[in-house]
Amino acid sequence: MTEPTAKAPARQAPPQINWRFALAILVVASILPFMFKNFVVFQITMVMVYAIAIIGLNLLTGFNGQFSLGHAAFYAIGAYTAAILMDKFDLGYVWTLPVAGLVSFVFGYLFGLPALRLDGIYLALATFGLSVATPQLLKLSPFEHWTGGVQGIVLMKPDAPFGLPLSSDQWLYFFTLGAGAFLTWCAVNLVRSRTGRAMMAIRDNPIAARALGVDAAHYKAVTFGVSAMYTGVAGALGAIVIAFVAPDSFTLILSVSLLVGLVVGGVGWIPGAIFGALFVSFVPNIAESLSKGLSGAFYGAILLVVIYLAPMGVAGLFKAAAARLQSKKA
Amino acid sequence: MELFVQQVVAGLATGSIYACMALALVMIYQAIEHLNFAQGEMAMFSTFICWQLMQWGVPFWGAFVLTIAFAFAAGVFIERVILKPLHNAPVLSHVVTFIALYVIINSVAGFIWDFTVKPFPTPFGTAPLFGSNLIGAHQAGTIAVTLVMLAFLFVFFRYTRIGLAMRAAAANPTSAKLVGIRVGWMTALGWGMAAAIGSVAGMLIAPVVFLEPNMMLSILVYAFAGAVLGGLTSPGGAVLGGLIVGVVENLAGTFIPVIGGELKLTIALVIIVAVLVWKPSGLFGRSIVVRV
Repeated sequence: MTEPTAKAPARQAPPQINWRFALAILVVASILPFMFKNFVVFQITMVMVYAIAIIGLNLLTGFNGQFSLGHAAFYAIGAYTAAILMDKFDLGYVWTLPVAGLVSFVFGYLFGLPALRLDGIYLALATFGLSVATPQLLKLSPFEHWTGGVQGIVLMKPDAPFGLPLSSDQWLYFFTLGAGAFLTWCAVNLVRSRTGRAMMAIRDNPIAARALGVDAAHYKAVTFGVSAMYTGVAGALGAIVIAFVAPDSFTLILSVSLLVGLVVGGVGWIPGAIFGALFVSFVPNIAESLSKGLSGAFYGAILLVVIYLAPMGVAGLFKAAAARLQSKKA
Repeated sequence: MELFVQQVVAGLATGSIYACMALALVMIYQAIEHLNFAQGEMAMFSTFICWQLMQWGVPFWGAFVLTIAFAFAAGVFIERVILKPLHNAPVLSHVVTFIALYVIINSVAGFIWDFTVKPFPTPFGTAPLFGSNLIGAHQAGTIAVTLVMLAFLFVFFRYTRIGLAMRAAAANPTSAKLVGIRVGWMTALGWGMAAAIGSVAGMLIAPVVFLEPNMMLSILVYAFAGAVLGGLTSPGGAVLGGLIVGVVENLAGTFIPVIGGELKLTIALVIIVAVLVWKPSGLFGRSIVVRV
């Protein structure tokens, strides 16, 4: 354990990834798809998709202090928007992303309005209800013409454009990487902006923030919208990459996974999303390989160990390492 | 009209199950201010213990008492061993710990007793009560047991020293510590009691939904809704909330055309959220005034 309260500045300023580091990661990320089989490339692509969704949740929970167990709903809205646009309207898959983002933003904003009245555990219940309702709504018979009911919608995997010598998995990897890098850049800038400071002020002390003239209701609803937009775009990317959507992929389990990813990566630290996404994508498989019958128990045990060793997630580990480096220098 | 009355009574019968579980949730909330997602799984595991004891030839009420004792001990153990070291961790880490407990207990139960559905006996019999076909003896028994537990809890918190100490520890841990209350153990006691109440709920639910590792999932959703609706600070409110949820669910399923049947759960949740928007601390909860 580190001594958490002793270093006040370390608490407010989580380590930021500077642009050189980001560039190095991008370079490594561009080499990766040429070193692995298509299936592994597909898996890494899904890790990035989850990372984008977790960034969305982080904006809401980590930076605005609102709790959500309902992000599977926004993921589903994004995924279905993209799938229906491609399936029924023959829209190019690239253009489904902004539309999915916009639709999710509107839904998130509208959901955020009544949620303004709810705090903590009550908001958890409301969003929990949203998660439970989503698969049921998607299966509902009046919508079946659009949603395909229980069967869902099967899509075509897009090929690489401009005659690039890439398999479609590799191309989708780069497509997702580009979208993810852009969205991460936007999120980092959003958090550093005036809006971001208002979001964090509401999280840290809502009454003081209001006294300073921050329009809490406006920022909370907008944050809900932006958070839903990120998760919705992730959903659309997920639908394109998997080339299939069905109601039972968007249950409470997805919401819980996103939450686990958020906590493992570190609440209120944007780069943590990638670590959280790695955890939720691969640890269930590791648990499965340890024991078929007890995979759930192993998953839970690994999760407990992670929480014990790093109660603040990977962000906390980085912070502790940075603090140690600094004290060595001094 | 007769259909309406019938559905309300049937709703009360299912609602009594939710009420029982909601009571357990509120107990833990009183002690630690978090909702325990693993509560349902703890109840399910205890119910399996009861079933196993009966398989070994222990009579029902003997197994019943032994199971409550086991659940109490297990609740205290979980708090002492797993949650106490995380005392200072952020709230979300606690939530994730509950999720971890949930999957562990579920998976272990499935491993020991497998996922086949098992019948569970009822101590009250299945005959309809007083010859009417509105409510069965088991449902009436469930409501009675829930009310007895509620009365017991009321007396415990209101008139015993240890109940008072637990309330003090929950309301103001620092001051409670200064007057000599062992706050840590009070929390553990709260966990034990909640687990014990949960095990009673599990044993009353199992004859209705049958025993299997996933039996508590949907019930926990309803109980959660009932507890929040009634107000998390009020055990009586939680029981009433559970009953209301049962009735609303049943009426929505019967009287709302087309979507009613498919979306029973969703409609119940929407109504509850609507109530919360209007009364944010639940129907019977105290609104908590925060000092700035």
